[in-house]
Amino acid sequence: MFDSLTDKFEGIFSRLGRKGVLTEADVEEVLKEIRVALLEADVNLAVVKSLRNRIRERAVGEEVHKALNPAQQVVKIVNEELTASLGGETIDIRYASKPPTVVMMAGLQGSGKTTSSAKLARWFKSQGRNPLLVGADLQRPAAVEQLRTLGRQIDVPVHSEPSDPVSVAASAIEQARSTGRDVVIVDTAGRLAIDEALMDEVRRISDAVEPDYTFLVVDAMTGQDAVTVAEAFHERLELDGVILTKLDGDARGGAALSVKEVVGRPIAFAATGEKLEDFDLFHPDRMANRILGMGDMLTLIEKAEETYEKDEAEEAAAKMLEGQFTLDDFLEQMQQLKKMGPLTNLVGMLPGLPKEARDVEIDDREVNRIEAIIKSMTPAERADPDMVDASRRSRIASGSGTNPTQVSGLISQFGQMRKMMKRLGGMGTKKVRKSKRKDAKRGKKGKGGGRVTPKGGRTTPKGSGRVTPKGEKVGKSPLMLPGLDRIDDADLERMAEELEGFES
Amino acid sequence: MELILIILVVAVLVIGTVGLGFVATRRRGRDLELESDAKILDRAGVDLDSDTHDAGPVDGTVDDAVDDAVVEAEPEVRTDDIIVKPSFFERLGKARSAFAGYLGDLVGMSRVDDEAWEELEEALIRADIGVQTSMSLIGDVQAKAKETKAEDGKQVLALLKERMHVELADKDRSLRLDDDTTNVWLVVGVNGAGKTTTIGKLGRRLVNEGESPLMAAGDTFRAAAAEQLGTWAERSGAEFVRGSEGGDPSSVIFDGVQAAAARGCNVVLADTAGRLQNKANLMDELSKVRRVADKDPGEVTEVLLVLDATTGQNGMSQAKVFTEAVDVTGVVLTKLDGSAKGGIVFAVESELGIPVKLVGLGEGADDLVDFEPTEFVDALFE
Ligand SMILES: Nc1nc2c(ncn2[C@@H]2O[C@H](COP(=O)(O)OP(=O)(O)OP(=O)(O)O)[C@@H](O)[C@H]2O)c(=O)[nH]1
Ligand SMILES: Nc1nc2c(ncn2[C@@H]2O[C@H](COP(=O)(O)OP(=O)(O)OP(=O)(O)O)[C@@H](O)[C@H]2O)c(=O)[nH]1
Ligand SMILES: [Mg+2]
Ligand SMILES: [Mg+2]
Repeated sequence: MFDSLTDKFEGIFSRLGRKGVLTEADVEEVLKEIRVALLEADVNLAVVKSLRNRIRERAVGEEVHKALNPAQQVVKIVNEELTASLGGETIDIRYASKPPTVVMMAGLQGSGKTTSSAKLARWFKSQGRNPLLVGADLQRPAAVEQLRTLGRQIDVPVHSEPSDPVSVAASAIEQARSTGRDVVIVDTAGRLAIDEALMDEVRRISDAVEPDYTFLVVDAMTGQDAVTVAEAFHERLELDGVILTKLDGDARGGAALSVKEVVGRPIAFAATGEKLEDFDLFHPDRMANRILGMGDMLTLIEKAEETYEKDEAEEAAAKMLEGQFTLDDFLEQMQQLKKMGPLTNLVGMLPGLPKEARDVEIDDREVNRIEAIIKSMTPAERADPDMVDASRRSRIASGSGTNPTQVSGLISQFGQMRKMMKRLGGMGTKKVRKSKRKDAKRGKKGKGGGRVTPKGGRTTPKGSGRVTPKGEKVGKSPLMLPGLDRIDDADLERMAEELEGFES
Repeated sequence: MELILIILVVAVLVIGTVGLGFVATRRRGRDLELESDAKILDRAGVDLDSDTHDAGPVDGTVDDAVDDAVVEAEPEVRTDDIIVKPSFFERLGKARSAFAGYLGDLVGMSRVDDEAWEELEEALIRADIGVQTSMSLIGDVQAKAKETKAEDGKQVLALLKERMHVELADKDRSLRLDDDTTNVWLVVGVNGAGKTTTIGKLGRRLVNEGESPLMAAGDTFRAAAAEQLGTWAERSGAEFVRGSEGGDPSSVIFDGVQAAAARGCNVVLADTAGRLQNKANLMDELSKVRRVADKDPGEVTEVLLVLDATTGQNGMSQAKVFTEAVDVTGVVLTKLDGSAKGGIVFAVESELGIPVKLVGLGEGADDLVDFEPTEFVDALFE
């Protein structure tokens, strides 16, 4: 799915071999690839050029690090440079000493202003504030109705009237004062950066409400034009920050970099879905990885934290390694993982996986069929799949709308996997021992209850070790899919080591 | 880390099993992942589309047969022009002036040097044509320039345009409207691309041409989506059918087709909720909508993918995935009145062969024009 930059670099550097320092020629060749990768991620051409210069300056003459290979080292520099560009100063919402605090949204048509206004209102509510939403888009059909519907969902009042956008916005401030609302969020109509009349209008709305914060709402799928748009809006409105939307898609989101470079103000929020709760503070490091198309471990870990109790995952892993894993457990894990998103994406995020494996497309519908097969088995069959004979097989197949070959396929694959896991567990790596020990001390623990790990509580060391494959193993990683039978003990040995490396 | 192990195990099992004989089918009901298997099986009997298509899990063949039928049906293509057809160029005026100058130097050059070639390539990249496509175009033109001994900037630019025109030439860009059937034009795309507005404009255009369109509010998800479409129906004088908020989009479209047949409307403009193409369950939902729309008396004669001209390289993935799910028959490129150039449709058209049929040039009911490849290419360089 993703074309990892590292994969490309490995090629270049395998020709170069290990050297004392990165020479200009080495770096130049890599920079070409970086240019392509960034442009493919929709980073604006001009921004790419300036980034390239910065990366060149940093990389040339750099001593080759002992722990990293040159490819990883350059990737690390690029990654750091991108993270720095995307990050820097973070948004720090200060409330106006004389309420209300006014927030204005602006942006192109369809970028997500109205949805983000409601999301922001929800966010302010969660901060203990009393927001008022203002429908100042009197242009698009049913725009105000859309905002009202969203307002009802989060129990936030919406102010609007069929006059003109400037007076609606102005009267909203009065309205907020008289009804004790301390934050006002003004949703405006979408407009093109080159539409003078409408750009002028948004300026007048801004003059009327004197916003404390003006956010540009930018679609993560935006291409090269992001820079023009950001420039135009920034020039008119002096933006305070950016809200990046539709990050739940698979766009690499290079527009984030473009906009950040132009506006120089923080990307404050990231919108990751159509629902109002799909909204969070922006994480520059993750975005950098995403733009580069690298396995995004941080996202993976955070998603896992949302879905899993840490103990549960440990328990399941320990069971796997002891060969005690049943089809029931498999089903349960599969369902858990599905909550974290499509399996294909999860595999794509795994570090250390060779490209071929990362690129495998797993259709979630196939997952549903596997699920159907397991659910059509009796509890006894799930615990001991070996008991499934021909007649049971055809019963299961017809119950799940599959055919007997598929049923036996799953069972034999499962049997092989179980054996392999047991062998892996038997290798007694430090990790494995630890899991076993913990497991022994603890009885089965139910779900529910508070999250064990608050966000950010469990920090993970950043650096290329986490996000890039271990140098030597690339290409002959043991994690070959799906030929389980071909994995030998040596592969397992390596796999055990790899897993140990990922310990958080 | 435990999680990695778990993902690995599950992934290996799933991929392994899939490899062992699950025929790749991509057409079973919607939202499977939200439901238990028991429910999936229960639904088999009640699904609107299950009686004819979804008899078993391996239903690709049946569907393909249906798809073939669509192709075989004799299309009666209308070529009537709309009454007022603003020229592409006229309409793009504003956007063009903002961008004039990238290639100013090139045109005056007597010999195109390396740097100028690079600038030419960059002009394409800036227009969102994509690095790979741009490099291959420039490569071709360089070869051609050498062969024909074209040296100066003007000649080179002409060669490039010619090369691009060739790629876009000879496509059928007409909208298919059959007689004696209830045509369904299904409008699909990612969130906020301009689907609903495009339907509004199409409604106006069809009414002007003497057709009788009905708009069906198949977006039951987004807040006030049906109200938005309702306003457009009023504006354009089209009939209108909506369902309940949060309802099943397939049934709304189904109802729309029934209503159209009953009211004597010859084309249903089916709106759908915006969806990002990486959401498999939503793409399944869309496939189902298409199947249902194709049931008698309905016949899906166009599936229009709405692409926002501001979109970058992700547009390609949108085109690919939507085509896999619903067999896109044409692209509508919206918001080309802005400063973005919509270059991604070049790759979409040349690599996937999906013709761009219409262009959105504003938010008004009349701001929809036929796609003109020549003018589009010219505009990329202005
Ligand atoms: N998947 C996804 N969809 C989003 C996100 N944010 C907004 N949307 C959707 O994008 C579409 C456009 O969102 P709106 O909030 O209406 O956009 P807008 O900028 O107000 O649009 P105009 O007012 O017409 O300019 C809607 O379908 C939203 O549901 C997001 O983060 N992810
Ligand atoms: N300037 C311009 N704006 C357009 C064009 N087409 C659509 N829009 C605007 O883009 C915004 C989104 O359009 P919609 O028709 O609501 O998009 P949609 O794809 O139906 O959105 P969702 O249903 O939320 O996914 C609206 O503000 C439209 O007025 C166009 O060609 N030019
Ligand atoms: Mg809006
Ligand atoms: Mg819509």
